Amino acid sequence: MNRNFKLVYKSLVILAAIIVTLAISSLILVVLGADILRTFETIIITPLTRVGHITEVFVRAVPLCIIALGVAVAYRSGIVNIGAEGQMAMGVLGFTATALALPDLPKPILLPMALIAGVLSGGLWGFIPGILKSKLEVSELLSTVMLNYIAAQFYSFCLRVPMMDPAEALSGAGTPQSARLTTNIEIGRITGRLHYGLFIALALAVIVYLFLWKTSYGYKMRASGSQPRAARYGGIAVSRYVTLAMVISGAFAGLAGGIEIAAVHRRAIEGVTNNYGFSAVVVALFGMLHPFGIVPASFFFALLIYGSTLTPRAVGVPANIVDVMQGLIIMTIVTTQMILQNDYLMDRVWHWWCSKRKAKEA
Amino acid sequence: MDILINILSMTVPFSVALLLASLGEMFNQRSGVFNLGCEGIMAVGAFIGMLVPFSVGQGGAVAGGWNWLGLLLACVAGALLGLLFGLVVVTFRAPQGIAGIGLQMFGVGVAGTLFRHFVGGTQSIPGMSTTPIPLLSKIPVIGRIFFSHSIIVYLAFLFVPLAWYILFKTPWGLRVRAVGTHPRAADSMGINVNRTRYEALAVGGALAGLAGAYLSVCQVKMFSDELIAGRGFIAVALVYFGHWNPVKIMLGALLFSFAQTIQYNVQGLGMNVPYEFFVMLPYVVVVVVLAFTSRNQKTGPAALGKPFNREMRT
Repeated sequence: MNRNFKLVYKSLVILAAIIVTLAISSLILVVLGADILRTFETIIITPLTRVGHITEVFVRAVPLCIIALGVAVAYRSGIVNIGAEGQMAMGVLGFTATALALPDLPKPILLPMALIAGVLSGGLWGFIPGILKSKLEVSELLSTVMLNYIAAQFYSFCLRVPMMDPAEALSGAGTPQSARLTTNIEIGRITGRLHYGLFIALALAVIVYLFLWKTSYGYKMRASGSQPRAARYGGIAVSRYVTLAMVISGAFAGLAGGIEIAAVHRRAIEGVTNNYGFSAVVVALFGMLHPFGIVPASFFFALLIYGSTLTPRAVGVPANIVDVMQGLIIMTIVTTQMILQNDYLMDRVWHWWCSKRKAKEA
Repeated sequence: MDILINILSMTVPFSVALLLASLGEMFNQRSGVFNLGCEGIMAVGAFIGMLVPFSVGQGGAVAGGWNWLGLLLACVAGALLGLLFGLVVVTFRAPQGIAGIGLQMFGVGVAGTLFRHFVGGTQSIPGMSTTPIPLLSKIPVIGRIFFSHSIIVYLAFLFVPLAWYILFKTPWGLRVRAVGTHPRAADSMGINVNRTRYEALAVGGALAGLAGAYLSVCQVKMFSDELIAGRGFIAVALVYFGHWNPVKIMLGALLFSFAQTIQYNVQGLGMNVPYEFFVMLPYVVVVVVLAFTSRNQKTGPAALGKPFNREMRT
């Protein structure tokens, strides 16, 4: 089997995966009776045509990137975190509670303090499934999803009762949202709604890379994930690192929540999490669980998410189409990975190709 | 007392969606496939189940037959999604947990997209009416709790012993358990492992689709994005709770549904607790129950979650 064949084979497999994903998405669009090309154009091209659109894409890319980095740390340590949605909500609550409680502190103290509160709240919400998994063997897939629903209810309770904007209660409108936070916790904006959180996300990508590949903690976590039995034999306390990974993962989601409030919304409102927790799983997988893959991947999925908000008006396609595409992308990524790893299949294709070529020559 | 009867008479019909979905998931897991996409299949089933009577009647009353057609098509769609999942995790042997999340997002996305396009906003349908069983429903207390529901409720509970019979007393059930316990041994005895897993996935998917359609056609009588609300995931947890046994799963479904129905009777209970805490109650129960039961799962299907590769030595 020569080198060129391997390259062509792998590229063709990936190409086929892309075509299958697009074909099934198009099938849904056909059912809707929508213009397929214009829909894809609206989702992928239109957001790149105006500065106002591009900044909005970046606004969505920041939380996606931060959460996906955390999801990747967990995934590499052998634990799947689909609870980022809840961890982010808890982070928002921790951040907002601190900001509301101590509005008079100077910014250099209050902002880091509030962000740390968000990180701790998210980390705590990640600690629960982590410890349940490592001590009691509870499947993290189920516990994190359940904790998402619990966090969502707790979040709406907090917005409705203890944190509700006094003005809302007075006017009787009762919109569940917190009071507008004071300016001394704001993260500044560059242009439009694009904010300096972008640099936090990029810095975190570098930090995660250094942590996972250049420190012994990172090595032990990756070892716990890829070969837990071998890691245990090598003297690594696997269960401790699995829990730690989940705490880190939750902390990242909590931080993303805090930044989202400090830079974008500036008060806790409903729908802050915006399904970022689930999209981040797709981003992490699409970025091949590597920080330097996750950065571009988070931009790409932010593009899809923002683009899909334009489709209802442009082509009459509901924004939910982005969920369809994300679900499909997860399934095709895991399938494609299995096909690419299957050397035996590649061998068979190689032999089939050789026999075909020989038949042609003869 | 009155409030308790009220809660219990809701517990029975509300448990049906959980019951059907987790019986389906039980067949999946008995064959060795962990299908986390149950939630997505239920969403598609719920949408299709309500779409048929809705589009025929345009919101007005329709003949009962259309409701049945909705339920049937929901089953078909569920089975197809089960087979799609089989393609990913059985044929291509992808990791089942993460693929299941993909299926869940896909299903919820498809249901949400099509719902917005074909139905628009919140639209309720007349749905399937209740059919109290003559005589039995006249028994005080018990009649109201057990015998005053729609036909699907009775059928679902009758399906519990049937599922037990299928799983433990038929050749197909034996094959399913064999490929879920020791696929290599089953393979050497001439059982087609992949085919059996596909069959189990189709059955499980059909039941999940029916469970979703039950919610939209019989229980809530409308569709919304929050209709399923994690019931698919609870159904998966119930299978663990019920140790892959239909009867125990039924008891689990009733327990969780009891926790779920309390929120509709909060006012009557006279407790001064914000209602959000009642809504989160069933999810808390799931986490607590999982924490207590997950460790002694040695009785579960031995090959659960492990793809089978015929061409590889283990």
